[in-house]
Amino acid sequence: MSTITMEVTRYRPGEDSEPTVQSYEVPLRKEWAVLDGLNHIKDHLDGTLSYRWSCRMGICGSCGMTVNGRPVLSCASFLVDYAPGPVRVEPLRNFPVIRDLVVDISDFMEKLPRVKPWLIADPPEEGEFLQTPEEMDEYKKYSMCINCMLCYSACPVYALEPEFLGPAAIALGQRYNLDSRDHGAEDRRDVLASAEGAWACTFVGECSTACPKGVDPAGAIQRYKLTAAVAAMKDFLMPRGARR
Amino acid sequence: MAQFHNVVIVGGGGAGLRAAVAVAEANPLLSVAIVSKVYPMRSHTVSAEGGAAAVIAEDDSLDEHAYDTVSGGDWLVEQDAVEAFVQEAPRELLRLEHQGCPWSRKPDGHIAVRAFGGMKKKRTWFAADKTGFHLLHTLFQSALSYPDIVRYDEWFVTKLLVDDGRVHGVVAIELATGRIETIIANAVIVCSGGCGRVFPFTTNANIKTGDGMALAYQAGAPLKDMEFVQYHPTGLPFTGILITEATRAEGGWLLNKDGYRYLQDYDLGKPTPEPVLRSMELGPRDRLSQAFMHEHAKGRTIETPYGPIVHLDLRHLGASVIDSKLPFVRELCSKYQNIDPVKELIPVRPVVHYMMGGIHTDIDGATPLEGLYAAGEVACVSINGANRLGSNSLPELLVFGARAGKAAAEYVQSLQTGPRSVVYKQGDDEERRLRHELGRHDDGTERIADIRTEMQSTMEEGAGIYRDGNSLEKAAVKLHELRERFERAAIDDHSSTFNTEIVAMLELSCMLDVAQSIVACALQRTESRGAHQRTDHPMRDDEKFLAHSLVHRQPDGSGRVGYLPVTITRWPPGERVYGR
Ligand SMILES: Cc1cc2nc3c(=O)[nH]c(=O)nc-3n(C[C@H](O)[C@H](O)[C@H](O)COP(=O)(O)OP(=O)(O)OC[C@H]3O[C@@H](n4cnc5c(N)ncnc54)[C@H](O)[C@@H]3O)c2cc1C
Ligand code: SF4
Ligand code: FES
Repeated sequence: MSTITMEVTRYRPGEDSEPTVQSYEVPLRKEWAVLDGLNHIKDHLDGTLSYRWSCRMGICGSCGMTVNGRPVLSCASFLVDYAPGPVRVEPLRNFPVIRDLVVDISDFMEKLPRVKPWLIADPPEEGEFLQTPEEMDEYKKYSMCINCMLCYSACPVYALEPEFLGPAAIALGQRYNLDSRDHGAEDRRDVLASAEGAWACTFVGECSTACPKGVDPAGAIQRYKLTAAVAAMKDFLMPRGARR
Repeated sequence: MAQFHNVVIVGGGGAGLRAAVAVAEANPLLSVAIVSKVYPMRSHTVSAEGGAAAVIAEDDSLDEHAYDTVSGGDWLVEQDAVEAFVQEAPRELLRLEHQGCPWSRKPDGHIAVRAFGGMKKKRTWFAADKTGFHLLHTLFQSALSYPDIVRYDEWFVTKLLVDDGRVHGVVAIELATGRIETIIANAVIVCSGGCGRVFPFTTNANIKTGDGMALAYQAGAPLKDMEFVQYHPTGLPFTGILITEATRAEGGWLLNKDGYRYLQDYDLGKPTPEPVLRSMELGPRDRLSQAFMHEHAKGRTIETPYGPIVHLDLRHLGASVIDSKLPFVRELCSKYQNIDPVKELIPVRPVVHYMMGGIHTDIDGATPLEGLYAAGEVACVSINGANRLGSNSLPELLVFGARAGKAAAEYVQSLQTGPRSVVYKQGDDEERRLRHELGRHDDGTERIADIRTEMQSTMEEGAGIYRDGNSLEKAAVKLHELRERFERAAIDDHSSTFNTEIVAMLELSCMLDVAQSIVACALQRTESRGAHQRTDHPMRDDEKFLAHSLVHRQPDGSGRVGYLPVTITRWPPGERVYGR
């Protein structure tokens, strides 16, 4: 049976002085994702390797890693596509490493509630809000975010400016702003239109390239800048209290 | 130093999040915490594809939903619980709509519903074929608007603290740091999901290891109906990734190696070009998975390196239906199987999918152990009986998550006393045990992965779609041996920082408990009902077995099985009729 070499970054901050690379030979099977290779290592070669995974169907967002330099879901990237190898597996960039391939995403978890990612609305007394399929299309793609953090890993602005809200958080804010049922855009504005919000983005677009779910966070940010610019003009012409 | 909360919820999936909000709404002064081994939005609810059932259509009725559920469950169903369930499900799904869930719509903007297996009316709400994903993210994001809900993200619960027949909290490890903490609580709600990973071939995520079932079982709470394990008829070979039943609801066909719609040979109705409710491909999952086994025995399945398969044919639906109603199916087939269902047949085989059994609870999620509640897949109320109908689980999480949260909130308000010092001592003992586990296995001779793999194949061989006394006896002996070998298992990793090997070891210990309870219940039930098919006892036996199995854990890990009568309100046991 043919095999492929996986070169995996190992690191325990505080215990190891610096990251090292460890090589493992794993079977090269047509169906195997990079994640299957890691599981083979963990189960049979070296139980100390740490990484996250769960659904292995590209929907839980746990398994993001840097593979041959690009941020990907390791359950949805296949070893054969990297043959003959070696395959370089590193943790996602732009995040502190907890251990090996596990990164600390608490920064995002803390930022997410700031964009108020929930519907701000008065529900009808009876039945559902009406929303046509066309109205849903307005925000649908921004609702597909699995919080996998690939976009943060790809974003050069986030790399330099850790205060930046970041692609997914802004896209999720927009997801609700653009929902015909929502009236919360005003409530989200201070955060989204702040210096750390949409305006920090220099429109590099790497986030949308990296996104495995077609969310297009770069598009969401651009669109928000337009809305915010128009709103700022209105503010200029009309005192803030009179806006609504 | 211990932490304190009024209510601690183990699990941040659909059931756990709904329960937390229910506690917060019942009494905002209560302190409520969610402890979850993964970030809540990574919970397995995220994978649910097809939809969530609740009556809204004009031509539908609560009674019909109830009848489909009771007959689908082969009458091993608590009918009062089902009546509450069908009544509260529409309210819960509407609540999610009001929170922003992008339910698929009709052109006029109203909620759309689709057909689903075993359902006589179209009543399954859906968000394309990512229903669980949208449901979970909506719940999670709206729960963020309750800043008082405390979260322990990536904390693994290892023990329930029990004193004098009452639950007083949990012990948990913070994965990032290895910190071990006693978390005292007046009530604990277990919402830790199912246990598909006990079997080798499953749609279930890596985290579905039955932890909560084992924790409750070890704490003295009985498990119920554990022999009822659902095989979904259509999983992708090798990965086990689910191809949702919605494919068949939209009109997909199951074909054997001759291209023949074989379900017509198994009393499931006559083939028609358009899908017919409660018929053929829209029959219940137990019957469809069993039909596959018969086709295989007749040599009419197709051999592959990953076992026998049949084909799911969606080609006649066309690209536009597939892209609008089943986009995720197309994505999954292309990524994981390298095929395009618009043009090609999808290879599928039955795959372990859902646990009907679980922690025994009443209609409010209360277990027999005071202060302990359970909801979601980990619990067994039971609305699912011997066979769950697709799309009943998601609404179940919401209805019974909310009920358990409310009941727990009321219970803690009535309490007069706190924990005694022995509870803290138990916490300290558990901490010591865990530290010991981390170091002890240095000289171990067994690998965790080997024991796990053997457990899984034991379950498949001994307690699969068809079982008999002989296969189950063998499985029981083997599991006993594996439990002994588990004591000698080695771990390579002794670090306290994000140690996923110790997690795997703790999970394996839970799975062994769950596996033993499944086999114990299956051995005792000498009849065939729903998903429990005994080739040595092929008939349903209402005289003896219209009763729930209740299994209590014995000190040596074996289970003592007893029975509890089924509550029947309006639907006396009858024949399950599909397609005629
Ligand atoms: C692929 C797939 C598709 C499905 N599709 C449908 C569908 O279309 N319709 C439908 O009705 N049902 C469907 N189901 C079933 C349904 O999705 C599940 O039954 C349901 O989501 C379970 O939810 P839960 O809240 O009980 O548990 P989960 O969502 O599994 O959450 C469990 C939680 O418990 C936590 N946890 C577990 N153990 C521990 C521990 N030791 N310590 C701390 N935390 C712990 C986890 O971190 C997680 O947060 C599907 C199931 C699968 C597998
Ligand atoms: S926007 Fe895309 S890349 Fe970023 S977190 Fe969401 S799904 Fe991942
Ligand atoms: S394991 Fe869930 S996205 Fe990869």
